[in-house]
Amino acid sequence: MQGKAHAYPVDNIDTDRIIAGKYTKTLDFSQLAAHCLEDLDPTFSQKVQAGDLLVAGENFGCGSSREQAPVALKAAGVAAVIARSFARIFYRNAINIGLPVLEVPDHTIQDGDQLSIDFENGIITNLTRQESYAATRLPSVMLKILQAGGLTAYLTEHGDYPSE
Amino acid sequence: MAGQTVAEKIISAHAGKRVYANEVAIVRVDGAMATDATAPLAIQAFRQMGGKRLWDAQRVALVLDHATPAPNERVANLHRLMRDFAQETGCHFYDVGAGICHQLMVENAHVKPGDLFLGADSHTPTYGAVNALSCGVGSTDLAAAMLTGKTWLKVPQTLKVVLNGTLPAGISAKDVILRVIKETTISGATYMAVEFTGEAVVPMSLASRMVLANMVAEMGAKCANVDATGLTLPYDWEPVFADADATYARVITLDVSDLRPMVAVPHAPDNVVPIEQVRGITVHQAFIGSCTNARLEDLHEAARILRGRQVARGVRLMIAPASHAVFMQAVKDGTVETLTQAGAFFVTSGCGVCVGTHQGVPSDGDVVISSTNRNFKGRMGNPNAQIYLSSPAVVAASALCGVITDPQDVL
Repeated sequence: MQGKAHAYPVDNIDTDRIIAGKYTKTLDFSQLAAHCLEDLDPTFSQKVQAGDLLVAGENFGCGSSREQAPVALKAAGVAAVIARSFARIFYRNAINIGLPVLEVPDHTIQDGDQLSIDFENGIITNLTRQESYAATRLPSVMLKILQAGGLTAYLTEHGDYPSE
Repeated sequence: MAGQTVAEKIISAHAGKRVYANEVAIVRVDGAMATDATAPLAIQAFRQMGGKRLWDAQRVALVLDHATPAPNERVANLHRLMRDFAQETGCHFYDVGAGICHQLMVENAHVKPGDLFLGADSHTPTYGAVNALSCGVGSTDLAAAMLTGKTWLKVPQTLKVVLNGTLPAGISAKDVILRVIKETTISGATYMAVEFTGEAVVPMSLASRMVLANMVAEMGAKCANVDATGLTLPYDWEPVFADADATYARVITLDVSDLRPMVAVPHAPDNVVPIEQVRGITVHQAFIGSCTNARLEDLHEAARILRGRQVARGVRLMIAPASHAVFMQAVKDGTVETLTQAGAFFVTSGCGVCVGTHQGVPSDGDVVISSTNRNFKGRMGNPNAQIYLSSPAVVAASALCGVITDPQDVL
């Protein structure tokens, strides 16, 4: 996977900022995309292109359990989220809906950098800066769910959870 | 064999093998709950998974509480979708006005000591107050549990919080938990279980214990447990205690004997200061509500401060009781009359005001003092408002004076 980074080097970007509670009461995902990250950057939904990558600081996605947060990012075109760390429910939700999330504690990614992601080995290459960074490995349960395209796809196919 | 924390014990009992922190386990669950904020997506995912029947309808509950009564036709149709699903599957269903999901799960004993429970709401750790291991999950995880009766989880490490001393009069569990969050910060317990223990916990009511467990969500925790010593419940039950030689990732010890009222200032719940630093700030809206602080003891605390007095001009004091049952008790014992005479007004039991989905949205520049759990920018529906979090006593005293006020100054 290759894409352009939208970098917000901010810690604790909460789910209210990813998608405000007032917009979540819908099953129309294009509505979620239209208001995605609105209180952090009102121009985000206009400038994001399908296949772009979101880059953030520590504890990304803290706050509510709303699955609309990763759904909104995915619907807006975000292909993967890279953060120094994630809040736990957001992390699970993203994997469950098939949105790749990569925990990368050390990196120097800047806004606009072109990145290439090797999921198999958990390596991110910064094509703009000629650098590479290591991502924390996912537990095998999560990797299997993500590879299937999410938990719904996994259960549809296998009928039960992956063995440990 | 090495000793276990409460989380390790409960997960082991549900995994069919002895597990410790950082292991991954597939576990059976005892109950699953979703609200109108999360159930529509969960129902959609359940159907996409090929789901026709729930794994056990008696162990699934749906609650309408986040945007109630429906503010528009879009939400009304999502409510309808949930009503129809509940009818079709035979699961428990709480309609508009019944109350806040977490209060209902405990009040109606859908969750009991030793249970492993999933709720599609981030404040699900609240049931640690009754020694259950309960985690907040998203809609797809919940759908999978509704279908299979199972989930996967990583056994959390545990943070132990030892609360020594005796709480001063007028200082509540909310002041304690805000003080603890100041210590841990918003990410200090990410993916951990939090155990509360110590002599200050023993005299606490169930309602107060629920306040402690509820706000571990604001430290990033997965679940909570409040030491059952001193707890009484209206049914037969067995407490779950940690082993004396259990391993903890971190231990925080606090003496609460000199604790002051604590306030979280905008825009994060770990921006916590003692009330001295914010006293005198003008407030426009005051709110007593949410899964954190809207129970009978909270309404009693507000009534104690407001009895025979009037809310300051220019302040809107809004109250959303935790449940219909709580409201009925407050009607019967005169609390509702006391608060209404003082100028407060009651809105539907539910989450709408706290989460900014319905009712009570502040205007640009409004300052809100609130007994809720989150003050993120935009939380109550307007990113240009300032939200301060406190105990119900501080909310009531501030509503009385029109500025952030220490309750001891008006009693």
